[in-house]
Amino acid sequence: MTLPVFLSFIVDTLGLGSQYALLALGLVVVYGIMGLVNFAYGEYIMVGCYVLYLIGLYANLPWPAAFALAIIAAALLGLLTEMIAFRPLRGRSLDALLVTSFAISVILQNVFLIGISPRYKSIPYPAFFDRRIDIFGVVTSLRSYIFIAVTLLLLIALTLLMKKTVLGMAMRAASENFVTARLMGVPANLVISSAFLISGLLAGVVAIFWTAKEGMVGPTSGVAPLLIAFIAVVIGGMHSLPGAVLGGYVYAFLTNALGLWLPPGLSPFREAFMFVLVILFLLLRPEGLIRGNYTEERVG
Amino acid sequence: MSQRILTVDNISVAYDAVKALNDFSLEVNKGELVTLCGVNGAGKSTALKTIAGVLKPTSGTIDFEGQIISGKSPEAIHKMGISLVPEGREIFPSLTVAENLRLGAFGRFKQSDFNADLEDMFTLFPILKERYRQAGGLLSGGEQQMLAIARGLISRPDLLMLDEPSLGLSPNMVDSIFNLIQSLKARGITILLVEQNVERALQIADRAYLLSTGHLVFAGDPKELEREMVTSVYLGQQQKEGARS
Repeated sequence: MTLPVFLSFIVDTLGLGSQYALLALGLVVVYGIMGLVNFAYGEYIMVGCYVLYLIGLYANLPWPAAFALAIIAAALLGLLTEMIAFRPLRGRSLDALLVTSFAISVILQNVFLIGISPRYKSIPYPAFFDRRIDIFGVVTSLRSYIFIAVTLLLLIALTLLMKKTVLGMAMRAASENFVTARLMGVPANLVISSAFLISGLLAGVVAIFWTAKEGMVGPTSGVAPLLIAFIAVVIGGMHSLPGAVLGGYVYAFLTNALGLWLPPGLSPFREAFMFVLVILFLLLRPEGLIRGNYTEERVG
Repeated sequence: MSQRILTVDNISVAYDAVKALNDFSLEVNKGELVTLCGVNGAGKSTALKTIAGVLKPTSGTIDFEGQIISGKSPEAIHKMGISLVPEGREIFPSLTVAENLRLGAFGRFKQSDFNADLEDMFTLFPILKERYRQAGGLLSGGEQQMLAIARGLISRPDLLMLDEPSLGLSPNMVDSIFNLIQSLKARGITILLVEQNVERALQIADRAYLLSTGHLVFAGDPKELEREMVTSVYLGQQQKEGARS
């Protein structure tokens, strides 16, 4: 492999990894506090994509406005599902919450299946995403650089939120020991709603990334990203936000590397290799690469 | 007579089907140090958790400063002025001492008060100033207990509830915790203390309650309870009775 090819591989991997890192982060931010794997998370992304599709169809908005609306829609959806569906069941069994998240997922898929179409629809997105960038012979699409930059900014913002604000402090405390945090006067609703809002916001950003890569949306568009988020989280660690980010990048590296080095005949089975990896992680290192704080604490 | 601030009236609490407290009543007056004693599993922690709102009573009411608090959320009860220092300290290990203390004041935060209160905590617990930027999990057991108490105090509670503050500490540290409780009482802080170290607790308490397997078996003068315990009513006969029934 020549140097330029290697470097473009790195840039592509970082670009893809950025997308996966945000994906995994959105899943873990809720899991860390509630102990719930939110299976409706993929649908937050799907709704973000549909918002872009609908804007493209009915309103001729400038790109920044369209993107902002998609992010807001996904974030609000995260918040609403928490308030309408999860909150009434809080303190009940975790299984009830889990089934609820499946229910939300199925309902949302069917809303768009019936309301729009079971078929995949193409989403317009700005052409600059696909522009080829040549830096000293390293040819990649501009997309990768945008993903990397946006993700970096979001990670910095999120780190500042978690480390420097009282809300972030309360969220970290709640993910370590929810009951004790409430005993200090930290409102359960505030912390959980914030987690869902952040989760939805990240899903909205991922929806834009996803659109820029796939260009299509359908009722089952949320399934693939959810699966990727789940695998990344298993690799990186369920109990730590940095673990989720790391897991996203590791996933991207492995899938890109497999795509590059697997014999062409085996390429279609790339996913199978990833699943084997997940099984190995669950067997040998269930806490993931970064252990974080194990809390068996539940919302009660 | 002094003013009543907490009235627990005939509460029962159950974990699923298992009853942990039966028709339990307790009162705390302003400025008092009240201790709630009993062996392991008697229901002491259950009582404190119920007052703090973590558990809900199946019957009975809890009145705090003239308002019914049973059924309210822990955060709402904290805001009204009850602070629980939980058993096992339960500090946030990955958060710094500074962050632990800041969270202690979360529900009743006022910047002007907080700075003064922080200085106050540093005089009470100089070690917390030294370790201010360190993660709570790096502190020793005794230091963590001090942090937990400081975290409970910094919200200026009207009622401070301490759940087994001397548990698992070295004898020296146990001494300093009991000295501290006495000096908090001298400051006029109302305290409800749960202790397994019954003798020590009875020495400093104004009034005492004794729980046995979820039932209140004594309420009154700690000296009297001490005398009864010396004649081993509590350790001997009570347990035999329990075994028979």
